[in-house]
Amino acid sequence: VSDDNLDVQPLDEAPPLELRQAQERRLQAAWARPRGWRYWSDVNNSVIGVWYTTTAFAFFLFGGILALLIRVQLAVPGNTFLTADLYNQVFTLHGSVMMFLFAVPILEAISILLLPAMMGARDLPFPRLSAYGYWCFLIGGVFICGSIFFNAAPKGGWFMYPPMTTQYQPGIGADIWLLGLSFIEIASIAAAVELIVGTLKCRPPGMRLNLIPLYGWYILVVAVMILFAFPPLIAGDVLLEMERAFDWPFFDASRGGDPLLWQHLFWIFGHPEVYIVFLPSIALIAMIVPTFARVPMVGYGWIVLAAVGTGFISFGLWVHHMFTTGLPGISLGIFSAASEAVAIPTGIQIFCFIATLLVGRVRNSVCMMFVLGGLATFIIGGLTGVMIALVPFDFQAHDSYFIVGHLHYVLIGGTIFPITAGIYYFYPFVTGHLLSERLGKWAFWLMLIGFNVSFFPMHITGLMGMPRRVYTYQSGLGFESLNMISTLGAFALSLGFLVILFDLFRPRKYQEIAPRNPWGAGTLEWLTGMPPLQAWGVRCIPEIDSRYPLWDQPNFVRDVDEGRFYLPDAEEVLRETVVTSVIDAKPIQCLRVGKPTFLPMLAAIFTGGVFILGTYHWWLASAVSGVVAIGVILVWLWTGTAQIPEKSHKDIGLGSVLPIYISGPASVGWWAMFITMLGDITAFVSLVFGYFFYWTIHEDFPPVGAPGPGWVFPAIALACALLGWGATIAARSLNRKDSVIGFYLSVALALAGSIAAASLLVYAPHSNGMDPTHHVYPAIVWVLVGWTAIHIAVGCLMLAYCAARRMAGRMTSEYDADITNVTLYWHFAVFTFTVTVLVIAGFPLVA
Amino acid sequence: LQTLAGIKRASILAVACFCVAGCTGPQSAFTDAGDASQVISRLFYWMVGGAVVIWLIVVGGAVYAVRSQRTYDLVATRRIIIGGGAIFPTVVLAGLLSYGLALMPRLQSPAPEGSLTVQVDGVRWWWRVRSLDPDAHAIGDTVIKPSSVGGIDLANEIVLPVNEPVEFKLSSEDVIHAFWIPALGGKIDMIPGRHTRLKLLPLKTGSYRGVCAEYCGEAHTQMAFTVRVVSREEFDRWINGQREPVQAAVIEAHPGWQVFRTRGCGACHTLRGTIANGVVGPDLTHVGSRGSIGAGWLENDVENFKRWLMKIKSIKPGVEMPQFDSLTEVELQQLAEFLEGLQ
Repeated sequence: VSDDNLDVQPLDEAPPLELRQAQERRLQAAWARPRGWRYWSDVNNSVIGVWYTTTAFAFFLFGGILALLIRVQLAVPGNTFLTADLYNQVFTLHGSVMMFLFAVPILEAISILLLPAMMGARDLPFPRLSAYGYWCFLIGGVFICGSIFFNAAPKGGWFMYPPMTTQYQPGIGADIWLLGLSFIEIASIAAAVELIVGTLKCRPPGMRLNLIPLYGWYILVVAVMILFAFPPLIAGDVLLEMERAFDWPFFDASRGGDPLLWQHLFWIFGHPEVYIVFLPSIALIAMIVPTFARVPMVGYGWIVLAAVGTGFISFGLWVHHMFTTGLPGISLGIFSAASEAVAIPTGIQIFCFIATLLVGRVRNSVCMMFVLGGLATFIIGGLTGVMIALVPFDFQAHDSYFIVGHLHYVLIGGTIFPITAGIYYFYPFVTGHLLSERLGKWAFWLMLIGFNVSFFPMHITGLMGMPRRVYTYQSGLGFESLNMISTLGAFALSLGFLVILFDLFRPRKYQEIAPRNPWGAGTLEWLTGMPPLQAWGVRCIPEIDSRYPLWDQPNFVRDVDEGRFYLPDAEEVLRETVVTSVIDAKPIQCLRVGKPTFLPMLAAIFTGGVFILGTYHWWLASAVSGVVAIGVILVWLWTGTAQIPEKSHKDIGLGSVLPIYISGPASVGWWAMFITMLGDITAFVSLVFGYFFYWTIHEDFPPVGAPGPGWVFPAIALACALLGWGATIAARSLNRKDSVIGFYLSVALALAGSIAAASLLVYAPHSNGMDPTHHVYPAIVWVLVGWTAIHIAVGCLMLAYCAARRMAGRMTSEYDADITNVTLYWHFAVFTFTVTVLVIAGFPLVA
Repeated sequence: LQTLAGIKRASILAVACFCVAGCTGPQSAFTDAGDASQVISRLFYWMVGGAVVIWLIVVGGAVYAVRSQRTYDLVATRRIIIGGGAIFPTVVLAGLLSYGLALMPRLQSPAPEGSLTVQVDGVRWWWRVRSLDPDAHAIGDTVIKPSSVGGIDLANEIVLPVNEPVEFKLSSEDVIHAFWIPALGGKIDMIPGRHTRLKLLPLKTGSYRGVCAEYCGEAHTQMAFTVRVVSREEFDRWINGQREPVQAAVIEAHPGWQVFRTRGCGACHTLRGTIANGVVGPDLTHVGSRGSIGAGWLENDVENFKRWLMKIKSIKPGVEMPQFDSLTEVELQQLAEFLEGLQ
């Protein structure tokens, strides 16, 4: 990589006015938003970001109302406002909605909304994937929230510990939780893929890794965390739902299962989840603080390292949610120390903010008030976190109201206050109007005081012995006044939110009109004109050589506005953006992104059908919905991805001529497949973890004398799978050599080998009469076999798709992204197959 | 923003006073009636003190940074980041960990050989308590049947001799529960298929309350128990009394026994010394002597027994015991008096 493109300068002179106007007309035509009912077919990330954010806030309000119901019920002892059963539904839904329908989606929503602008990109690489994720989120969220109006909501707590949630909770509540949230987790992972690939590949030319806005770094860290944290939960969901639906005894101690496996899987997800929620909010602070301090962030490198470090450490803390499960002292000590250690990177980030504020002269505003209030609140949560990370104190505090206090200080201080600051900061970016500073101050003080009045007493209530998740309490234990104070505070806090809501939704004509770049920020998203968010996004894609180009690069705004940088035009009236290389952001492709279509929405509806119909155990309807969903997705891929362009290269200006179509590791599609499969492998590894977890808790596992899958059939199956894999690789290279017959023969051989492999693998446990309802050993073997067989089936579908593409002339020796990405899938699939065989057939030989 | 700091400071002071004055109670960790709870409270006070100081320094620093019009150079700020963000927390946390984890052996070591051993099983939503004599414990780990000589089956009440370590063996018959007596020490989960343990050392005589800390379903709220810490003599007196079966002659003369028998109470409950030998529900041999009825939920008196029998579904939602609202007023009175009489 040479340094030559670092010297790229904008055009010396602006293009003539008529040309600029013609360019803008073409851009407008390419990016025009569909009108009327077709508006909902739009797939632009900026538009979906607004829908996503609004929907997530609607769920937040719903969760808040549930919280108020809880506080009303607990205001006085012996209250009968809610029954025990309804209360249990309410608190379960409150936790689940806030975590799964607000905290995680809001960060993805805000990122989808902001990232393209922060990266100076027209769009992220997979707008249709974002649309699919959004519709999944909306459908799943409404399904879960709606359940409480039918008295059918889940009531196992947001942590759903079995065996309470297996044989002791008939009804569909727990299934709604398991299937509904698995469905939403798909949306979360889809967004994570979009955000990772977007951050890595859609940066403006010149924005090397060390110039990425801090928000981008945080989102990259968080999206990677989602990729590794959500799959263990999905694996757990699969096991728990298999036990509920088909009586496979993964968590039933009487048949060899163990309830603690769920807790491990849940908290391997659940603890990183806290940082998944917290880091993006800190990311907002990292954008706001330099703007109001009017200096670049001090300690950029420290912050990036701290964010990455937090991400890593957060995966090694989960056991601190299980300190009271009777684990050995040595484990408790190690996890206690690791939990304390995470305070250090957090401390570094906070001190970087303080240092930046010291260096600059701070302009005060409601934004800064929320930032500081959030910091002050969050630090209390952090300090109580240090307390409960210490095992002896946790023995008392665990599962008491002390924890309720602690976690709300962390989440409201660390998330809600920064997000509110973000709302004030980015409102003009979205609407072109400013929110009222006067109302903002009212909202701030109401929220800050209300919050502390509500949640500070809970620390005391907890240590006075009030356990969590009780629907009422008796008088005489000293809980009465503390609970009443908490309830009053909760209403003051809600009043604060109401003030903000009023400000947000009052008629625009009463809101102050924002000037362009109203806060004088230095980052790319503030290039946006007022009124903001022209459908095309940024006027042209700039060359960057600073973290704060609006501050540091001379005439930057003018040069962008006049189209003096890359891609100022849309000659073919297609939606285009520039893809750059991962490390040094050299432009490598002019990417065409998807146009509006209802296909993602349809795909989401039918994917939702699989889960929602499955909740009611209508398996046939669920399967039909699944087939339709696959069909819709195939149409979407067929018509929307890897389109052969009318010319191989395109001049994007400033001497850059870029290919329009690329395949392999440089392309966004390859990255998306790679990242998705990392998540997929993580889920699979979680299932394998389950197998060995049972091995550690049982003296004989596999049980002596119990039928196993044997090793003969699995070994032959593995040989077939390896053959199929080899044939797939051959198909890729034969296609590249334009050997058509060889390609089709290889695909046929790959299909034959893999179908034989999957059949033999399934036949092995079946032939030996392994009954998955009998004991956990056959059950976990069957899960691994089933998981692997499904992956082989999907791989076969992909191979057939490639053959069809070649037949239809949509894939050629030159334009071969389909088979390249499918081969990548097969690398992972064959790894899954090999590990499965080694575990189920090989391990019993040595155990 | 200084007002903000002021409010916080005042509220923390208020909390401290409040705790000293009124935070003790039968279910409070501040009551400090056991060795573990005393040790943990001391740890807690140290941590609160440190936390207040750290909070004031950091938030004070942030407020100063916002208000200060002086500009600082980058070298000074780098020192702040490394010193405040990395070195200071590392030192403080290392010290705290050494102090905190050093307490673990004291909290976790098993009670000495020959100590009183109590086996408690969580059941939705009550506690099956089995007091095992030290002698029985010394025999080894053989399982002792409820009716065997070494142990006696009790429910929803734990009585302990003061100043003697006691070893709890904990498990669950259905879902996950957690055994927590805040006044004496920390909690531990009761997990089906697993055995957990807990050592407590009560230091002050008195009546306390234990609860289930792990959400376990509909009546999780009403899953509590009474704890009495008494002198050794009183404990011996009590346990000898509990060992006695019901005097058959006395029983059969009582009209309430007829109600008990004909209504089928014995299918679920045991009265040692009679034909009632059910094990689904709590043993009732000495139910009248217990500190509460309904697993720590109602005071133990005739009126509450009547309420319990007639309105159990609203008092304790979700329980499996049927509601006996078909009893006549007379039968109800007789049965309640009979149960209250089982001292």
